[in-house]
Amino acid sequence: MKEKDFLRISNKKYNSRLIVGTGKYKNFEECAKSIEISGAEIVTVAVRRVNIQDKSKPILMDYINPRKITYLPNTAGCFNSTEALRTLRLAREIGGWKLVKLEVLGDKKTLLPDMIETLRSTEVLTKEGFKVMVYCNDDPLMAKRLENVGAVAIMPLAAPIGSGLGIQNKTNIKIIRSQTKLPLIIDAGLGQSSDAAEAMELGCDGVLINTAIAKAKDPLKMALAMKHAVTAGRYSYLAGRIKKNILGVRSTLKKGII
Amino acid sequence: MMKKINKVKIRINGKIFNLKPKMTLKDVIIKYKIPLKKVAIELNKKIVNKQQLGKIKIKKFDKIEIVHFIGGG
Repeated sequence: MKEKDFLRISNKKYNSRLIVGTGKYKNFEECAKSIEISGAEIVTVAVRRVNIQDKSKPILMDYINPRKITYLPNTAGCFNSTEALRTLRLAREIGGWKLVKLEVLGDKKTLLPDMIETLRSTEVLTKEGFKVMVYCNDDPLMAKRLENVGAVAIMPLAAPIGSGLGIQNKTNIKIIRSQTKLPLIIDAGLGQSSDAAEAMELGCDGVLINTAIAKAKDPLKMALAMKHAVTAGRYSYLAGRIKKNILGVRSTLKKGII
Repeated sequence: MMKKINKVKIRINGKIFNLKPKMTLKDVIIKYKIPLKKVAIELNKKIVNKQQLGKIKIKKFDKIEIVHFIGGG
């Protein structure tokens, strides 16, 4: 390859195309180790109340250094625009975070995104100077609208959050890929490393994984598997696959056969 | 006889606290040993500039939220 293959988000370059979540791990040690093994340079984090009375408990920043790893504040658990905006404005106040992940959920059972609220929030946040990476449905029309209001990355789901089902609508992901030059990152629903490779082979710029790593029997091994899968999928995409053929196509020349 | 001090009832992160009157937000942060660089503070749903904490006095029924980053997807 001519130049190094970076993931570019809002004018910043990253070596790794794997973004990981920091939730659901047994403890901070496991979380930090898993991030290290995965090679991820961006991790999602949530905003929650400080435990005022008991500060003996460790906190995330003690284990994951925000100077080394990019914290991507996320609005996980927000069910409307007001909550999401409040959360991200607070996140920015903690330490000047402008690159954020917006996630506005619409249904407690499926955890599918509420795209009307998401679109509205993207527009407001962009006007306030945020660089918004947007979790969304795998809907090409909605992805286009998010792009039009200033999203810096489109992050469609593969399947519902935490479901581990893998990419349910490859066609829509391909359509979204063909219509946008923005970073396209599959967010939510991946279950195993082949899902991550598949996302990359569809031409996505990256994947965001939390549950599939954190809840694997061996999270550290899965972190490594995901790292390699993302790299493999990316190279496979760049290399360009062969044409599919329903019949056999010989690999050896016929000439000189005995 | 000791003079009775009227305490100020406020809420921090949803819990009720009875604090001394005339305390500033900065005093509250110091009292509860909050690592200021790692948090954001809201007073009655409005974000407070961390430089201004010493200028804001708490008053009855104030609702303070102090948040930080935790693990999340």
